[in-house]
Amino acid sequence: MPEIRTETMTVNMGPQHPSTHGVLRLVLELDGETVRSASPTIGFLHTGIEKTAEQKKWVQVIPLVERMDYLSAQSNSMAYCLSVEKLLGVELPQRVQDIRVLIAELQRINSHLVWLGTHGMEVGAVSVMLYCFRERELLLNINEMLAGFRLFPSYMRVGGLREDLPRGFHEAVRSFADRLTGKLVEYEDLLTKNEIYLKRTQHVGIISAADAVAFGLVGPIARAAGVDYDVRKAFPYLGYDTYDFAVQTQTRGDVYSRYLTRVGEMKESLKIVRQALDRIAPHGIYAVDDPRITPPPKDKVYTEMEALIQHFLIYSQGFSVPAGEAYVPVEGPRGEQGFTVISDGTNRPWRVKSRSPSLLACQALERMIVGNQIADVIAVIGSIDVVMGDVDR
Amino acid sequence: MESTALVALLQDVDPEAGLEVVASSDIHPTVYVSRERVVPFLRQLRDRPELRFALLAELTAVDIWPHEPRFEVICILVSIEHRLRLRVKVRLHGDDARMPTLTGVWPGANWLEREIWDMFGVVFDGHPDPRRILMPEDWDGYPLRKDYPVQIQMKPKTTEAMQMTEAEFRANLLNDRLTRS
Repeated sequence: MPEIRTETMTVNMGPQHPSTHGVLRLVLELDGETVRSASPTIGFLHTGIEKTAEQKKWVQVIPLVERMDYLSAQSNSMAYCLSVEKLLGVELPQRVQDIRVLIAELQRINSHLVWLGTHGMEVGAVSVMLYCFRERELLLNINEMLAGFRLFPSYMRVGGLREDLPRGFHEAVRSFADRLTGKLVEYEDLLTKNEIYLKRTQHVGIISAADAVAFGLVGPIARAAGVDYDVRKAFPYLGYDTYDFAVQTQTRGDVYSRYLTRVGEMKESLKIVRQALDRIAPHGIYAVDDPRITPPPKDKVYTEMEALIQHFLIYSQGFSVPAGEAYVPVEGPRGEQGFTVISDGTNRPWRVKSRSPSLLACQALERMIVGNQIADVIAVIGSIDVVMGDVDR
Repeated sequence: MESTALVALLQDVDPEAGLEVVASSDIHPTVYVSRERVVPFLRQLRDRPELRFALLAELTAVDIWPHEPRFEVICILVSIEHRLRLRVKVRLHGDDARMPTLTGVWPGANWLEREIWDMFGVVFDGHPDPRRILMPEDWDGYPLRKDYPVQIQMKPKTTEAMQMTEAEFRANLLNDRLTRS
């Protein structure tokens, strides 16, 4: 009987593949259906945001950084503003801190809903996608109400917020929170004990706790592997230590654990949203009272000479930030996030560098998928929740 | 742990590391170490039971051209166990912009170092995969250097249409048909 000759096959997955969440190219070496090696190629969406930011004034960078990780826009701009405020030595008013916490948690829910929807769709549960996007639409409506822009509101400002909360904001957020509480049960009914979903996700794409930390995957991926690290608890910012919530951890580190972690995080975020909402007065102070960085109110600009001069200065030459370097870590939807902001004392940043959790997740992809089946690759890419805009910047 | 206590601990780690403590404006105590001792120093930080900086949270660089030494490589380390954070920096001269790789200490440093090489042209000796990562492989220059222009005026590349007579064209078609069947 003649011997059957076998050899591995090299296959390109992407850059244009519907489940790569953008343009990620994977060169897979396959032995039948089993993945032997995988090398990700990135850079297709590189837009040079960090170089562009060096040419802009401090405030003009905010819309740029929102477009890096386009599923957690407000989380990016908040991290950037916190770093710049650290350099300026600004102490934020309590109400601003509470509103930022509220917005950051809504953004986390928003991002996790998109994740759950697309991930569910990729492993065959298409109805989950439709349900998640239905609820996400409500969050986008809240963004529109807040700032007139749905995806990239640019509502954060250095020293506070762009304007006060709109009328009816509290009711909108409260009704969203009430609605999502029930809907999360619905999603879990569809997936958590679904035999097909379990078969697709359990014991797939495993990464150990030690590996997750060594590769810098802190965030939902590491927590799913049992690393009890959440920036909100470990290094509290914006008064997160005064909120009552629990860090979600699992132990197995597979795709299914990541699903459980993120669904749990959405529930905890809803808890924080409710607590923050109770603390925020409908109207009040929305930016720090500092004439260097906060524009004066419009009625004063029209009536007072000093206010007009201040307005003109802020909108023409911007403000200068003392020389130095700051990095304020925050817990973004994908893990620890933060901006290394370096100033040389002028009105433009010397360097802005974003810590991108998606880049590190992409790097560890090979660790997770080697030895799995090719169909699992899609489940794993979905589960690490990469946003290619954030990977390539 | 107070930042002064942490810095005192760092002094013991490696007396030859050329440790230089500088003021910091955020929660990270900041130290400079010499390029020659950076890898053993960081490995100690990772492994010592009282420190355990197991997580390399950020690795990036900055170009302070025209000052020399113009490059600073910045590492932000986190000790999850002891809830500590630290910033370690290395200064590099523009005409000798190279340092040993950190991939042996943290495997996650691989792509971050590739990004620094891509954007600043800092060489990491012993790096397992020293290729560009974000820019195209045939790119000239290092975009995030301060002496790299923001706008480059270049003539658009054009190519001439292939020049051939009708007879050559027909012969080509025929040849193509013959070789295919």
